[in-house]
Amino acid sequence: METTAAGPVEAWADDTAPPAGPVANLAACLVTAAVGVAGAVGAMALGLGTLTRPGAGLWPLAISVAVVVLSLAQVLIGRRGGDGEKFSRYSLLSLAGLVTLLGLVALLPVIGFEIPALLLSLVWMKFLGGESWRSAAGYSVLVVGVLYGVFVGALGTNVPHLF
Amino acid sequence: MESLQNVAAGFAVVLEPTNLLYCLVGVVIGMLIGVLPGLGPAATIAILLPLTYGVEPVTAIIMLAGIFYGAQYGGTITSVLLRLPGEASSVVTVLDGHALARQGRAGTALGVAAVGSFVGGTVAIIGLTFLAPLVAGFALDFGPPEYAALALLGILLVSTIASGAKVKALIAAAIGLLLATVGRDAFTGAERFTFDSLSLADGIDFVPVAMGLFGLGEILYNLEDRHRAVQAPGKVANVWPSRKDLRESSGAVTRGSVLGFFLGILPGGGATIASMAAYAAEKKRAKDPSRFGKGAIEGVAGPETANNAAATSSFIPLLTLGIPANATMALMFGALLIQGITPGPQLVTEHPELFWGVVNSMYIGNVLLLIMSIPLVGVFVRILRVRSAILAPVTALITMIGAYTINSSVFDVLLVVVFGAIGYLMKKFGFEPGPLVLAFVLGSLLESSLRRSLLMFDGSAVGFFTRPISATLLVVFVVVAVLPLLRAPVKNREEESV
Repeated sequence: METTAAGPVEAWADDTAPPAGPVANLAACLVTAAVGVAGAVGAMALGLGTLTRPGAGLWPLAISVAVVVLSLAQVLIGRRGGDGEKFSRYSLLSLAGLVTLLGLVALLPVIGFEIPALLLSLVWMKFLGGESWRSAAGYSVLVVGVLYGVFVGALGTNVPHLF
Repeated sequence: MESLQNVAAGFAVVLEPTNLLYCLVGVVIGMLIGVLPGLGPAATIAILLPLTYGVEPVTAIIMLAGIFYGAQYGGTITSVLLRLPGEASSVVTVLDGHALARQGRAGTALGVAAVGSFVGGTVAIIGLTFLAPLVAGFALDFGPPEYAALALLGILLVSTIASGAKVKALIAAAIGLLLATVGRDAFTGAERFTFDSLSLADGIDFVPVAMGLFGLGEILYNLEDRHRAVQAPGKVANVWPSRKDLRESSGAVTRGSVLGFFLGILPGGGATIASMAAYAAEKKRAKDPSRFGKGAIEGVAGPETANNAAATSSFIPLLTLGIPANATMALMFGALLIQGITPGPQLVTEHPELFWGVVNSMYIGNVLLLIMSIPLVGVFVRILRVRSAILAPVTALITMIGAYTINSSVFDVLLVVVFGAIGYLMKKFGFEPGPLVLAFVLGSLLESSLRRSLLMFDGSAVGFFTRPISATLLVVFVVVAVLPLLRAPVKNREEESV
């Protein structure tokens, strides 16, 4: 059992990642504000109508304005940072995971799920998870086999499959 | 008399072999994901939503509910043994639970937590049984203004009471409302934000949004987080709590049950807040508060009882008003919609078999959890040794294939990945995905209720204040909305001056 000289909560808090910082707060708020502005422009194009006969754009406009106002408020409130988590070199693992998922989406309708799923599983286990080649290959084959058995064999779903 | 018959009929529903099996499957999955750090109940429910398409509504909700309250049991195990909460609602259990484990009393902590969870859950189900029909009956008279005010207040409370940055939670909620407007406008027929895409003409499906933000977003986040090594625990001895342990924790269990029940009902409340409030209450009333953090059994019993009671009672607003009290309940809301059932006051009268079947399944589920949790602690400890490197691709692939099976649509799978990336970025930048999903779920109800109300009141917003319930709810809304916005700059100035 792991023991620490410090109290449990203090030691546990040490494990948390450093906060994202004020630049990240600003960037995030500018992105959400941009979403709000785009929403407002789109909403106005839809037609606002009147309060007695609201048009399709009135409600989206109200929300978009709220998004912009709240985003600008957060720029001020969060200017010293404190929320979120800083990106680290480990964030590349998540990026790599995302790329493999997009690869799966692209290949799924073309060659079915088995080969893309096998490759994704292999990459995640070996390169993102640090498993040995033997373990990664063995477990990947097992995982794809079980998924095939469940989704194609047992449930009879129409997921594209090669075999 | 009629309600007694309904309760009895509910037991008949849950005792059907299929429903019993799904209840067992649900609580076992719940315990497993509670044990495994990483995926929470919301993520798991989101990932498993496609599997509920092929089964009866009552069976689906029995299983999903089992996952939710089962996770509250499982989350304790890692808190006590590893100082690593499996669930947010077990965070506070770390303080005394792990301290007890270091004193060689891990079994005591786990045993008391299991008994407390059972008592808290059962008390809350009894409360749910009696209170839910009353609330539903009261809400039958609600019209569009009341629903608009209630949905607004629900979204606001979930955003402001939840952990994390309040304004960021409100931004997430507003973006959720904006996403809910995508598709054909129900009133004018105009297409909104569809960019002439046929796939978006009917709006964005709830399932890819939930699967992406909660499921895949969590999986991607955990990929990055995995370098923080987790040390698997050794054997756990002495699992059964002694009579003395139970006697010492009985007061905390009683208080935790009541506190958890009421905090679970409140929008924005739920298991996490209940566990923290129960811990604070126990520490405050203790004769020697310095024992807390060093292995006080009440510090485990109170929060673990309260989180189960709250998890159960948070079903009340969903099943009686159609307003989810937290993110996981938003997923239940979505699951019911998928099954063609709109949660609300009519649920008790129109679908009594579903209502009472789900409520009564919780009695069975809690008994199953109590039976399983203490004797199977050793098994769950062994499960902790399964490497996350192997589990991560399994959950990712289940999510992707599951997403495809909903509509046989690659576009849906792409949406899941897109929302997964958004969910990951939201976590990195300090935005909670919960308020977004909740607002997305309630978006169409809120918009249609607001627009109907405006038609009723001839375009005058003053009309909302002519009806006592909507007026009260809106006054509460204004107070809750304005206070944090006013306090935040003041707090910032105070911190800067220190």
